Amino acid sequence: MLARRMKSNFCGGWQIVLLLLWSASTLWAAGPDAAPRHGTNIFFPASTPAKSIADLSVFVLVITGIIFLAVLTLLLYSLVKFRERASDGGREPAQVYGSMQIELAWTIIPILIVVVLFLATARVIHAVQDAPEPAGAVDVIAIGHQYWWEFRYPRLGIVTANELHIPVSDPGHPSPTFLQLLSADTDHSFWVPELAGKTDLIPNHPNRMWMDPQHTGVFLGQCAQYCGTQHAKMLLRVSVEGPEDFANWVQTQQKPAVEDAGAIAGRRVFERNACMNCHRVDGTSADGHFGPDLTHLMSRATIAAGAAENTHENLRLWIQNPSAIKPGSLMPAMKLSDADLDAVVSYMETLH
Amino acid sequence: MSSSVIPVPVGQTEARPWVDELHQWLTTVDHKRLGILYIVSALLFLMIGGVEALIIRVQLMHSHNNFVSPEVFNRMFTMHGTTMIFFVAMPVLFGFANYLVPLMIGARDMAFPRLNAFSFWLSFLGGLLLYFSFLGGSGLYGAGNAPDVGWWSYAPLGARAFSPGHSSDYWTLALLVSGFGSIGTAINIIATILCLRCPGMKLNRMPLLVWMNLVMAGMVLLAITPLSAAQIMLLIDRYLGGHFFDTQAGGSAVLWMHFFWIFGHPEVYILIIPCFAFMSEIIPVFSRKPIFGYPVMVAATVCIAFVSMSVWAHHMFTIGMNSYANSFFTLTTMAVGVPTGIKIFNWIGTMWGGRIQFKTAMLFSIGFLFQFLIAGLTGIMMAASPFDWQLSLSYFVVAHFHYVIVGGILFALFGAFYYWYPKMTGRMLSERLGKWHFWLFLIGFHLTFDVMHIPGILGMPRRIYTYEPGRGWDTLNLLITIGAFIQALAILVFVANLIISYFKGARAGNDPWDAWTLEWSISSPPPAYNFATVPTVASRRPLWDAKHPEDPDSRYE
Repeated sequence: MLARRMKSNFCGGWQIVLLLLWSASTLWAAGPDAAPRHGTNIFFPASTPAKSIADLSVFVLVITGIIFLAVLTLLLYSLVKFRERASDGGREPAQVYGSMQIELAWTIIPILIVVVLFLATARVIHAVQDAPEPAGAVDVIAIGHQYWWEFRYPRLGIVTANELHIPVSDPGHPSPTFLQLLSADTDHSFWVPELAGKTDLIPNHPNRMWMDPQHTGVFLGQCAQYCGTQHAKMLLRVSVEGPEDFANWVQTQQKPAVEDAGAIAGRRVFERNACMNCHRVDGTSADGHFGPDLTHLMSRATIAAGAAENTHENLRLWIQNPSAIKPGSLMPAMKLSDADLDAVVSYMETLH
Repeated sequence: MSSSVIPVPVGQTEARPWVDELHQWLTTVDHKRLGILYIVSALLFLMIGGVEALIIRVQLMHSHNNFVSPEVFNRMFTMHGTTMIFFVAMPVLFGFANYLVPLMIGARDMAFPRLNAFSFWLSFLGGLLLYFSFLGGSGLYGAGNAPDVGWWSYAPLGARAFSPGHSSDYWTLALLVSGFGSIGTAINIIATILCLRCPGMKLNRMPLLVWMNLVMAGMVLLAITPLSAAQIMLLIDRYLGGHFFDTQAGGSAVLWMHFFWIFGHPEVYILIIPCFAFMSEIIPVFSRKPIFGYPVMVAATVCIAFVSMSVWAHHMFTIGMNSYANSFFTLTTMAVGVPTGIKIFNWIGTMWGGRIQFKTAMLFSIGFLFQFLIAGLTGIMMAASPFDWQLSLSYFVVAHFHYVIVGGILFALFGAFYYWYPKMTGRMLSERLGKWHFWLFLIGFHLTFDVMHIPGILGMPRRIYTYEPGRGWDTLNLLITIGAFIQALAILVFVANLIISYFKGARAGNDPWDAWTLEWSISSPPPAYNFATVPTVASRRPLWDAKHPEDPDSRYE
């Protein structure tokens, strides 16, 4: 009876053990050659900072797992062995007040464990935080805004939003990306779990982080620091591209906006309404900086910081009523007539 | 040992009209009544905070759920966190401290009974202010608006530019007012323990509960003051044109973080040390052995208090501190694990060789030991700052601190309720309902918070009102929500037990657990004056000495 009680009492323990095993096994299964799977699992690292963190994590998990099993065994043993029995006859057990030797043992052993854990951790802190920026690195300034991301490439003259494009980094010829993190309003946090740990974007407090993705693909993430009403839909996509693809992307982005005579009506609507106060379209009079740069809007797969796919219907809905996609978004509903709405959407669709 | 009761003439005991009774409760300065007021008010706020948690959980049940709007969701998690920390956990622990400390040291009341009443009503007023924000938050529009800036109110989100209206002001004032109450209570506890001990109650004979509450009260003085200072600075920013935290005028967001967490981390220990205190009374009694290593337990508590004052920035590993600062706070945070580990070992050492009785209070204590162990180990994981760069601000952290606060603090509190309820009311809590409460809560707790670690590992940030499908978070969140409702059910069983047992529970008598500290030497509930004659003690376990005159503790200390 009692043994059965114990078992169900400690079912939580087995879940944790399973979690530990599962976490460890996911790491071991995920070498760089594993199937390309770019979710948001911290144990599928695809870049050096994320990888060193994951390695340290497994080390810490193993040590804490051993401590857990040792203490759990002691606890379970004493619960089963020293439970009250009818045969005790109500006598009080021997009154023991303590033992200095035992106390010393369980003080010194944990201190040693702490020293080991600390040294292992300090090494990784240094390796990730104090890494020098090599000559071939790509510089990006990431600016957090309420519910969207601005990315500037100062050396390439590119401004874009929400979808970060960076080159894959070949271990032989590393081309890591170094991000300077700024904020235009409240605190945000840049978190793409498979590429690096998170770092906050804090106003008046520039931060730095870096990543050197080892394979191509789209990596997902999102803002991790509560930044206001729409914190939830401040999503992030990092497109990691091969050298040629990245060069092509850079070339496209460096061009001014496509001028399409067929979309002139939409452009008029854009420039006559408040749109141009907040958005920039390079090569036109629209030079706002409060919202995302739209010069190459159609080169992005999503709109509204990843909240919706970049399709005709979504664009139309977004301009008509942003709250339908992102309640709390700072973009106002533009209240355009149907004709103006269609015109401005077709103008947007020319911005490749 | 004096346990006699002063006979009261029959005429004075007849039932008073309820208005008189109410008046007595509202104007009381009796530490026992104030203790009960603290506890009952905390239970009310627990219900409210619990409903807020359930709203959060229903919203997160599956991806793209529309149960509540993002605005309401943000209010819910802000109010849930603020309520549970400031208006549930602290008051309920102060309540137990108020009730038990004078009884355990053989005193007739707290050192400053009026300050005691003042402190309680301040704290309670703080809670009312916080909840008035639902009605008065943005007054002009007639619509209520509770604070929605998170329970840390990180700068500059709490600045006027980003939090217009008055909802954040209610948050600020509520914390400021209840903070003054906490400081008053802390001063009172310290003065009581240092000045009102009965003859023979030397510092090294005080029950561990008293020792730990002394340490807790000292920490309250050190931790609540910076929080109060920060709230005043925030008010100056918002209304007097100050720029402490106003980043748009050159203020520092990081300064607010330091202020908040130099309060925030010691706060965790302010909450957990009184729970260590409950464990250090309950585990020995139900193991039928004295606490293992009393001096080491005291030393470890004081050590935790000191070290925990130097760990606050481990809440800030992601804000871009340099590698030396990150290393320092990694080391101090891991170091706290050592004295905490010593405590766990000492409780196991207490059970070792004992004769363990599995009463409900003991079951909750065992649950505490098990869960606190895991919470400590996940804490070590996050102390490793690079690991924290991934885990911080994710659901892993949410799971971790709920493991501390629910799995640790709340389990210990339930243990304390089952253990001391007979003393406070004169009635036993039902063991049968107690077992239902324990097992339901245990299952619900583990379903919720064991599972909650995983979405964090899978990249789910906290404080998001909804999430994208296809990230592998849906099923896990559904399980977490189911667990939350099982916990809610268990809480209902607990409340039913409190109410039913108050009227129908078995009579407790003076000493239902065959325990050893002074509160069990007097009647249940104790008379207003506590002790007819002030007792004299010769050891840490005065009632053991009285029950075993042939083998008293005083011979060995």
